[in-house]
Amino acid sequence: MKLTLAGAPHFPPINSVSGIMKQVLYALIPAIAAHLWFFGFGILLQIALAVAFALALEALMLRLRERPLKPFLSDYSAVVTAVLFALCMPPLAPWWIALTGMLFAIVVAKHLYGGLGHNLFNPAMVGFAAVIVAFPLDMSQWLAPRQLSPGLPGLWQTVQAVFTGSLPESLSWDTLSQATPLDALKTGVAENRLVTEIRDAPIFGDFGGLGWEWIANFYALGGLWLLYRRVISWHVPVALLGTVIVVTVPMWLMGPDINPSPLQHIFSGALVMAAFFIATDPVSGSSTMKGRLVFGVGVAILTLAIRRFGGYPDGVAFAVLLMNMAVPLIDRLTRPRTYGH
Amino acid sequence: MHELDVGEQLYRFPGGLKLRHHKQIACRDELIRPDMPEALYLPLQQHQGPAGERVVDPGDRVLKGQPLTRARHDREVPVHAPTSGTIRAIKSWPVSWPPDSEAECLVLEPDGQEIWFETDALTNWREAEPAELVERIKSAGLAGLGGAMFPTAAKLRGDWPHVHTLILNGSECEPYISCDEMLMRERPDAIVEGGLILARALGARRVIVAIEDQMGAVEKSLSSALAEHDPDGLCRIVEVTTIYPEGGEKQLVQVLTGAEVPHDGLPQHLGLACLNVGTAAATRDAVIDGKPLIERIVTVSGPGVAHPRNLITLLGTPVADLLRAAGGAHDDTERLVLGGPMSGLPLASDRIPIAKGSNCILVLRHQDTRREQPVMPCINCGECVRVCPASLLPQELYKYLRADEHDEADSLNLFDCIECGCCAHVCPSHIPLVDWYRHGKGVLRERGIEDARAQQARLRFEAREKRIAEEKQQRRRKREQREARLQSGTEARSEVQAAIERARSRAAGSDEDGDR
Repeated sequence: MKLTLAGAPHFPPINSVSGIMKQVLYALIPAIAAHLWFFGFGILLQIALAVAFALALEALMLRLRERPLKPFLSDYSAVVTAVLFALCMPPLAPWWIALTGMLFAIVVAKHLYGGLGHNLFNPAMVGFAAVIVAFPLDMSQWLAPRQLSPGLPGLWQTVQAVFTGSLPESLSWDTLSQATPLDALKTGVAENRLVTEIRDAPIFGDFGGLGWEWIANFYALGGLWLLYRRVISWHVPVALLGTVIVVTVPMWLMGPDINPSPLQHIFSGALVMAAFFIATDPVSGSSTMKGRLVFGVGVAILTLAIRRFGGYPDGVAFAVLLMNMAVPLIDRLTRPRTYGH
Repeated sequence: MHELDVGEQLYRFPGGLKLRHHKQIACRDELIRPDMPEALYLPLQQHQGPAGERVVDPGDRVLKGQPLTRARHDREVPVHAPTSGTIRAIKSWPVSWPPDSEAECLVLEPDGQEIWFETDALTNWREAEPAELVERIKSAGLAGLGGAMFPTAAKLRGDWPHVHTLILNGSECEPYISCDEMLMRERPDAIVEGGLILARALGARRVIVAIEDQMGAVEKSLSSALAEHDPDGLCRIVEVTTIYPEGGEKQLVQVLTGAEVPHDGLPQHLGLACLNVGTAAATRDAVIDGKPLIERIVTVSGPGVAHPRNLITLLGTPVADLLRAAGGAHDDTERLVLGGPMSGLPLASDRIPIAKGSNCILVLRHQDTRREQPVMPCINCGECVRVCPASLLPQELYKYLRADEHDEADSLNLFDCIECGCCAHVCPSHIPLVDWYRHGKGVLRERGIEDARAQQARLRFEAREKRIAEEKQQRRRKREQREARLQSGTEARSEVQAAIERARSRAAGSDEDGDR
């Protein structure tokens, strides 16, 4: 009998990093499928590109930092970052946007801060913020959803558009692309049009943007599954979405012509995705339960503020990054009271 | 002080884990005794506190129940001969704590006669003075049988206000351990009688027997024992929800009262005393039969043992003998654990003997302990925060300890960690968190000792400085005196000089001095 002397507990842990990351990926499948349905093959290509760049850069950085490749390449954390990033990309965004985004996400935000577990900022959002600041034009080239499109580009046309930037003759950017609902809302309000009037445009659906609202629903579905599986806790989603409702309901009731409805807010842009998949990122978020509530409230308020007053149509990414900065403070101020103290 | 309600209403403690029980596998077979070992190895110290004074020598013949060591105060606990035989040696032998270490053990070779030493039974304990009951409990060598091995006498009397409620802890929350469940099924009368004796020794008016809600037959057997032995209705059975670690003393107090044991205090400061049901049964045997603590029930279980079961085991029996009695361990056994899978101690050898606090031997194979990934960095997921029953921040403690910032860890209340293992069990990065906390506490304790040493050194240094300063001052005073004397000396000399000069001038026939 050869005995080992490791300390308690003696059973192996019930969770693993790769297990958590894989479940996040599974939970994203419904939203990806919805995206595919409404906006065509672009999302698949964007995911493939981002994942490939992410893994290559991850391997490069691990090599440079003299860390073992296998455990870190197989933990799926870079894949999650890449998929979340890709889901924020316009479907036909050129390939070098994914490369730039992953450079900032994996190299800058993750490895330069010390690798897995040490990043101060959410890598996917750092990547997104970098490309939206650097390439505002390319990043605004969103496709119209299936119902409004003269015909979504096919797989080969998508590949061509992403790699060469050229569209087949039958299709043109003018017919294909369309402002996102949040863009339309922002420009509309800036032109002093009434929200109700803006909402008459066909890109708006029942309560959010056409297509977008369904993608949001599927994000929520995946998110609820993560809650059920206890991969995420309820604190961030409830605080984030709850705050959006609490803040926007009175404003909407007071001025339904100038303020979008709470549902409009929740079901357009990346709010639902952020509530379940971005602001719940463990590494860059708060780890106390109270802190997560504060974090969620902060992301919601900053997002609404940026949507209302800022230069960008959707402010989720910046709101998350700003709150990332506040996490050390939040954690310090929300320490639970120890038993018997 | 407002008296706490105990068990009237049940509360929840934060965190904790619902774990699979695995208890029944060791409860199917009846209690048996292993064969008499060839030799018993009795550590002189089997409790929290200093060892008693040894009163036998190698070569002595001893009888069953004869004291081998003597307690000089309540923190010392005597050890008794578990059977009759001869003391063969005093030697260094592997023990469970600290892991992979040896300690001084008496080696007793049984003669197989089982001849009892004189026993001093107390027939009417209900009229005995509490102090006398405590003395009997003390001289019978009782220490907490739940695993912590705290000297029982030191729990019964001390510097605290009135203890009104005795809590008998029958909720052994860890998986696999079932010795208390077995005891409650087999000897409920002893537990109730022992509980009443302990209550009298404490001056407590109530006894709460806390059991798990999944213990089935236990409640029934205890109830019938209550009907028989507790005419005044002092005892009450309370079923608590099985959530690990609800059997921890602090958590059990919280569950039963909603109050928390102060971090710098004891349950006694809340008017409560918490003892294990096994300790209660041993109390009964000690007081009513006059028999000291020489045996206990030990669970031998786990996926690595052929026939998991509970065994009535003489103290000092090597683990190997228990494994044999349980059908033997599998060949690929990789870990022997004293205690449960969540917080038990790994054993370095199967020669280690059973001591007073040894509740369970868990046998694990390679595949039971295998980890699928290497230790990864903390990803701050907060699972450890969610499950921590002490409301600590395990991941922050880890970060500080990793960075050697022990003072920061101390300020995050590292010492309030009860080492239950919940955090490490849920950690997706497979960080051995409890090892880090134990190590950190060790460093801080050592530093505490160092601090004390430094303090002493400082005092010594200051005393020396003071002495030197005083000596200096004395020297200066002496010098000043001497100088003063010398000065007065020069004055004297100058006077002499002056006189000489006067004489000279007088001799010169000068008139100058004529005025004087």
